[in-house]
Parts: sequence; structure tokens; C-alpha cells
Amino acid sequence: MNRPTPESFVVRPRVDHEGTELEGDMLEVSMGPQHPSTHGVFRMDVVLDGETVVKLKPVFGYLHRNHEKIAEGTSYLGSMPYTDRLDYFCSLTNNWAYALAVERLAGLQVPERAEYIRVITAELTRLQNHVGLCGFLLQDMGALGTPLMWAFRQREKVLDLFESLTGARMMCNYMRFGGCRCDLPAGWLEQARTVVADFPAFLREFETLLSGNEILMARTQGVGRLSPELAVAGSVTGPMLRASGVDYDVRKVDRYGIYDRFEFRVPLGDHGDVYDRYMIRVLEMHESLAILRQALKGIPGGPVIDPKAKLRGFRPKPGESYGRIEGPKGELGFYLVSDGGPNPYRYRIRPPSFINLTLLEDMCLGRSIADAVIILGSVDIVLGEVDR
Amino acid sequence: MIGIGIAKGLVQTARNLLGTYTDKDRLPTIEYPEERQALTEATRQFPFLVHDGDDPAKGLRCVACQICEKECPPKCIYIVKSRDKRVDYKGQMQFYPATFDIDYSVCMSCQICVEVCPFESIKMDTEFEFSTADRFRGLLFDKHRLAKSDAHYHRIHPTDAAESDAVMAAERAKAEAKAKADAEAKAKAAAAKLAPTPAASPEAQMEAPKPGSDTPTMPM
Amino acid sequence: MAMPLPVLEELKSLLEAALPGVRTELVPNGPVPAQASLRVAPTDADAAARFLRDDPRLRLDTCSNVTGIDWPDREEKTTSKAIVDGVEKETVEIRRVPGYLEVVYHLYSVSLKHGPVILRQRTANRGDDCTVASLTPVWRGCEFQEREVYDLFGVRFAGHPDLRRILMWEGFLDHPMRRDYVAPDDHEYEPTPHDEVLALAKAHYPAPEAKP
Repeated sequence: MNRPTPESFVVRPRVDHEGTELEGDMLEVSMGPQHPSTHGVFRMDVVLDGETVVKLKPVFGYLHRNHEKIAEGTSYLGSMPYTDRLDYFCSLTNNWAYALAVERLAGLQVPERAEYIRVITAELTRLQNHVGLCGFLLQDMGALGTPLMWAFRQREKVLDLFESLTGARMMCNYMRFGGCRCDLPAGWLEQARTVVADFPAFLREFETLLSGNEILMARTQGVGRLSPELAVAGSVTGPMLRASGVDYDVRKVDRYGIYDRFEFRVPLGDHGDVYDRYMIRVLEMHESLAILRQALKGIPGGPVIDPKAKLRGFRPKPGESYGRIEGPKGELGFYLVSDGGPNPYRYRIRPPSFINLTLLEDMCLGRSIADAVIILGSVDIVLGEVDR
Repeated sequence: MIGIGIAKGLVQTARNLLGTYTDKDRLPTIEYPEERQALTEATRQFPFLVHDGDDPAKGLRCVACQICEKECPPKCIYIVKSRDKRVDYKGQMQFYPATFDIDYSVCMSCQICVEVCPFESIKMDTEFEFSTADRFRGLLFDKHRLAKSDAHYHRIHPTDAAESDAVMAAERAKAEAKAKADAEAKAKAAAAKLAPTPAASPEAQMEAPKPGSDTPTMPM
Repeated sequence: MAMPLPVLEELKSLLEAALPGVRTELVPNGPVPAQASLRVAPTDADAAARFLRDDPRLRLDTCSNVTGIDWPDREEKTTSKAIVDGVEKETVEIRRVPGYLEVVYHLYSVSLKHGPVILRQRTANRGDDCTVASLTPVWRGCEFQEREVYDLFGVRFAGHPDLRRILMWEGFLDHPMRRDYVAPDDHEYEPTPHDEVLALAKAHYPAPEAKP
């Protein structure tokens, strides 16, 4: 893998209009961990030549709490609420990925109604994550307030649904091994149908506001390009990978849960730049809405949890399993090793936003420092998951 | 033409601004302390202990089995089991918590204590305004502060409360049936013992329950 | 487009036929037989990884997940029965099994849409020789994850371009994900409300005395 070196981006010697060489030192800037554009306590050590980034090293660990070690000392069930706190925007998909890995390990079957509920909640999670990300990305570009507040206004409606279903807006802790914690409350499906029916109108408005905006286009098109080959080699997943034009969606490839029953398309980008990453998310919201409409129509009755599933004294047989789902940020995987005890012997999370940062330097080199901010914004990181 | 996209966006913003005067959907914020959002029934904040009847000291359903203490992921529950027993809602002699503390500053509102509790005794409250200047002592809730009545539980989670009432009624019925069956079996055994040997030992006679007193009284 | 992945036994023979001298070992996985894995020696790992990536039937072009696992030293008890002087005697033999660190790679093919193939490497021991081959030159996506395994488990990756701590700070000495890690108690930290409060609670409520 030939990686760009800092030297290849140094634009010196610079010459002024009279032809005399200008000399200057490189500037080393530590961006973060308290910088508002870094989406949390993330730090980048950036070396600048003028305004051009010639070196960028991400620094992690400010939110590190060794969740994996905590999980080794907690029962399988006890780790479920901790998964909420990884990517706190998408607690329900985190729950699902963990439940999937444990179900695979213990051989539990999920009832059909629970599978539908999982798809519905996961797609709602994707909606509210993407709408939030679009707001944050615009915020990073300097569109202070308006897009973010519009996005949050719509996101609140989805969070209201989560609250009436799970009792919490963000830390849902809803899924259990072999199903879901409780059945849908009365009237919830109607409420969800209303939210889903109202969403396209909001998206239209949001797109009128932004997608054709010349300032947005000038700021994002051609910025932070990622080639498909590099993206695949760098284990980039999720909307980032699809923006580079690689057709890979775990929902389509693994067909976990009941995703094979729904008809939806996988939007792909052409250029792999920040604008494509923004548009992919908008388009994915449309596809999520299509899945939601189908799922809300077809949801059957029945139990929501496998009767074999045990809440306490849960001890899977020795062995290991890897379960992965298409989270809103990318491929979210859980790798579990069981030694037959009540706690997992090894519990590993494959955090999509952490691994998507592997290629951050490659995307930023040669761009200006202001571009680095929006490239980071387009990766869509949540530090709870990056540092774990 | 350059600028059309921006102009469209500005028109959209202006529509939204004017819309806030007419459309409640466009201005969803509320003035918090004065105005409050209605909480949904499923809302959970922090756990509390349910007691039956009026006296929290007597009616606590908790039997200090310490399952929640063991299962609590952040380990914020601290229980000391009583040395003596008292009659619980099923009419059995049970332990009760001599100390039951929950550290709200550590609790992460995950509801696992509620799920694992076999006695329907710990439930989630909807109250959340606990701000205090003393972050250590001020957020350590003992059993007197945690105890809330069954009526309160019915008020905040009516559906759940009805379900847990049904569960408890079923358990009570089961316990009663079992007590009855036990008593009958004992009576039979005693009778069988008594029949062949009229001069039975006084202990056997004492153990045989008196008819009519085999159903324990409810503590409710 | 989607091509079925050869079963692991087949894959193993493919690999050994293509790379003479490379020995692999099949590690079965009881509860999830489809996720059995292949163990390679650290010296062969790079060649095996390149084969898995470049072979047209496999094309495992992305390394999704890199995990470390710590298997500490353990004692294995074997009981053998022998008849000595007509009396059956049981002898318990305690054998010390040296521990090792293991690195697990989950490989997927994005272009052929199959996977996972699980690759494992083991270190010689947990002490002075914790080196395995880095697969970052093969899959760029391993870079941060291998740094994380190095940071939390202390596995050294030979050939890694930038092997530094990633989640813990520079200058931290231990490797916290090891099973025998003991959290230090001498460093300066804010007392968690939890410990403080429990201590208070215990002081406040002395253990109840037995009632007469």
C-alpha cells in the first residue's frame, strides 16, 4: 500500500509576485479535544504548511473507559445497557448487534414479531442518526443553527416513539437475547405510521434548503475524496464506503433478521467526496422510509421473545461467535468468546466510526484545515464508540 | 444560474419562520419549568420500592433476596438482609431489607433490577428532578426515601401495575392453594398417624394445623 | 455476483497447495460451526494473508475486525488410575500449560460478498516473546485495530508502520485487557461517588445485630 508522505504535500518553496522565495515554518496545531468541530473529545495533531494539511494524526482515548474489560466482569445481560452508551445516537442498533452475536452463540430463535420490531426500531434509528448527522455536518460547515435545529426538530419525533416504546429517548436498552423486552404499547404502530408518513415532507423541505445550495456544493464537492480500492482496503464501511461507489450493505449481504423480505435499494455515490457522503445519507433515509412502510404494514402478532431465553443464569456453551449488522455508521460487529461461564470470556466490539477514521489522514492530506473539519464531520463519529 | 439554490433555501427558511406563528409543529419547544411535557407511560427514570398499604415500614414487598444487587450492571444497589422474618404479601414468613440503598448518582436507569425482580417490588419511577449540591449523600437514597405506595405505581404506570397485580394475584392464589394442599396433606398424614395409634405423640398433634386457620392472613 | 465461499477444509488445502511450507491448523467452533477458524504461524501469516487477499476464488479484500484474546497460564489436571500392589491408586498429575496471546482477524470479501474467514495467530508466550506478524501491509484497515491490540494486550506486531499506544496514553506501562491486570490504586483520581457512597452507607448502617 503506497501511502502519501508528508513531503509530497509540502507546497514550498513559495514564490511571491517578484519571484523571491518565501520561507516559513510548518505549524503544528493540536485540534481538540475540546474543539467544537471534533464531535466530542477527539484530537487531531495536524501539521500545517500555510493552510494545507501535510500531516494529521488522530489521537484517541479521552473517553476510553475500557468497556470491553467491564463486560468481562458483567453478565451477558448486564452488558446490554452498556451497549447503549457506545454510539449513544443509535442505541437500538447497538442492542441488536449484541443480541445477534449472543443469539448466534446460544442458538436462540427470535419470534417473527420481534424481528419486525427490530427492523422498525433499527430503521427509525437510522433515520434519526442520519438526520442528526446532516445537521451536524452543516453545522461544521458554518451553517450555524438552522439546519441542525430543523434536523433535531424532526429527530425528536422519532425519539418520542422510542420513549413511548422503551421508556428512554436515547439509552433504550430494549432488545433481549431471543427477542425484545416488551411488546409495543397500544397505539404505537399508529404513531409510528404518522411519523413515517410525515417524514418525506420534512426531507423535501430539508433538501430544498440545502441540497441545491451553491455554497454547500462549493464547499463539499471534490473534498475528501476516497477511492473505492482504498476504502475497501481500509475496512471503511457503511455510508462512507457506499459514497465511494462500493455496493456493500450488510443488510443485503448477510440478510440478517428479516431484511430479505423488504424491497429497498442501496444508494451509491460516484465521487466519494463529502457531498456524496451527505447525499448518500439523505437517500438512505428515503430507503429506510420504504422499509419502514413495508414493515409497519406487514407486522404480525405473536410473542416478542423466545420462550427458551433466560434472563438470569444465562450461560452459553463454550465457543465464539461474531455477529454484525449494518449500523447507521457502518458495520457494527460484536465478537464474543464464551468459556461456559455467566460472563463473556472475551467481548469485543467492532466500532465502525473508529475504524472509518483509519483513512482520515489520507482524505485530509493536501486539503486546507477547514476542509479537514468537514471531512471529519462526514465520517460521522461518536466518541462513545470510538474510544469505548 | 448561481444563487437559485441559495434563494430557494432562503424562501424555505422564511416560510418556516412565518409558519412558527401558526403551526405548532414548527415550534415544538416548550418553556420547561412552567410548561411540562406529558410523560409517556413507559418512561423510566430511577427505581423505587413499592409498598402495599399505607405504612412503608410494614408493607414493603421487597424480601431482600439481593438478586437486583447482584444483577445491577453498575452495582449501585446495596442491601442488608434482615435477621428476622415477617409475613409478606403472599402470607409467607419472609426476610425484609434492613438496609436498601440505591445510589442515584451511579444508577443508569437500565431497568434490569425491575426485570429480574421476582417479587414485583422494585419499579421505575418517573421523577427526575433530583438536583442537589451534595453529590455523595444527596443522591444516596435509603429505603425510606425509595419506598412509594402501590397507588403511586398505579398512577404512573397503570398498565404495568395492572399486570403486576395480576401476577401477584396468581402467585397468591398459588401460594394459598399450596398452603391448603400442604395443610390437607399434613392433616391427612396426622389423621393417618392418629388412626392406628390413638395415643399419638403430642408433637404430632401440635403439628397438625387446626381447621380454619390454614389460610394465612394478608398483610395488605 | 455473490460466490459461495469454499468450506474451511477446502480453503485450508487450497492455501497449503499454493504456499508450500505453510502449515495451518483448523480450529473448530462448537456453537457456530460456520465460524470455525484457521490458525497460522506468525512467520507464515503475511504470505497466507496475501494469498487470501489475492486469490481470485477468495478475494478477501477487507479485514473487518482484529481482536486480541488473552489465554493466561493454566494448570491442567490429569488423573490417571493405576493398580499398584492390587490396590487401585489415583495419581493426579498437574501440568502447567503456558499461556499465550491470540490475535483473531475476521476477513470478508467486499467484491465477492462472502465471509467471514477467521484467521488466528498466536504468540509464543505472554512474557518476553509476544510478537506476531502485522497484517497492516496487507490490509490497511488493520492499522488502528492492531495498535489497539498492542495497547490493550501487549502483542507486538512485526512490520506495523506505526506501532504506538492508541487508547491509553504514551507512558502507560501495563496492558489493561490482560486477564491478570490489576488496576493501580496509587495514581491520583477523583473518588467515584460509588465507592464513597457505599463506604458511607456501610458506616451509617452497621451490620444489624442478631435479635434475641
